[in-house]
Amino acid sequence: MSFPEDPSALMRAALAGNDDAYRRLLLHVAAWLRRVVGRGLAAAGRPHADGEDIVQETLLAMHLKRETWDTTQPLEPWLRAIARHKLVDHLRRRGFTDHVDIDDHAGTLAAPGGGEEGASTDAQQMLAALPERQRTIVEAISIEGRSAREVGAALGLSEGAVRVTLHRALKALARVYRGEKA
Amino acid sequence: MKTEQLVAALVADGGRAGRPIAATIARALAAGLAVSLAIFAVTLGPRVDLMPALETWRFDLKLVLVAVAVMAAGACCLAFARPQSSAHWRLCVALLVVLAAGALAAELSVLPRGQWMISLVGSNALVCTTAIPLFSLAPLVGLLLALRRTAPASPMLAGAAAGAFAATCAAVIYAFHCFDDSPLFVLVWYPLAMVPAVTVGAVLGRRLLRW
Repeated sequence: MSFPEDPSALMRAALAGNDDAYRRLLLHVAAWLRRVVGRGLAAAGRPHADGEDIVQETLLAMHLKRETWDTTQPLEPWLRAIARHKLVDHLRRRGFTDHVDIDDHAGTLAAPGGGEEGASTDAQQMLAALPERQRTIVEAISIEGRSAREVGAALGLSEGAVRVTLHRALKALARVYRGEKA
Repeated sequence: MKTEQLVAALVADGGRAGRPIAATIARALAAGLAVSLAIFAVTLGPRVDLMPALETWRFDLKLVLVAVAVMAAGACCLAFARPQSSAHWRLCVALLVVLAAGALAAELSVLPRGQWMISLVGSNALVCTTAIPLFSLAPLVGLLLALRRTAPASPMLAGAAAGAFAATCAAVIYAFHCFDDSPLFVLVWYPLAMVPAVTVGAVLGRRLLRW
């Protein structure tokens, strides 16, 4: 396990409201998840192409369920448990039933597949499943990189209303990833 | 959408922590218990000899048993609400088992053998097995709604623990009504009366608590 910075300390700072620490943590976790998920998919004999979707779904779960982390415990086992839950869930949805021990295949790590690093195959379709207002706001903030205040000004909404809609959109996106209705 | 773009959306939503899950669970339970207490007040009500009963060791031991059961079930509920639970709940369950065994041994040693069946059958078994499931209902609904905000490693197990937590709280309420204070009665009928809530919790949890 290799995080460039102590993830527990970053998460504590994030929970206290430090956005910069949260951004660094999420990017470290995304890189770590790519390795963990890649290994898990290789062990299950699954195409690596699904990997980025699982990474994104796990990041969403980590974000929406962050209150379930016991702050007196290290963050890594909690992250690992969420990643395992999401990976197993994903494999089960795709009809995978055999048990494969991840550690047995740790040596035969699949190299990251082709395609753009960090780009998800299905994510655009996932966004398309959201109600229009939610999709507009998520796209403006994530893809166009605008702030909640700017988005609010453009849409004639208060910053608070944009934040509320963004939060609902993220919860809906998590449901879409699980294969449920938004 | 690239992962880096998703991260931007997550950061915009903010990392600041909401209410701790223990507080969310406690609030939901309190709301459910208020409903159950209201039903208790208009239906059964406390037993008429409550004050003298408090001076008997069997009644006091009954209260201690159900209180420790609440603690054990609560520890399980909180532990199973997380993706990875600590082992603290095992200690609480072990304490409950030791206490139950001690209560049983004490009762069997002081009660004449001929009285055992009479104490076990008691006079309120039907009320007990009706009232505890009834009083479990509202707390269970509250707990399941609260647990939807959590991330249980096993949704079914978390649902069952919620059922046990609701049922043990219901048992505390019911204990103030019931005249059967013998550990023989309490250790047989109370757990039986908790089976419906635990089962319903497990079944609903499996569906509702997926994440």
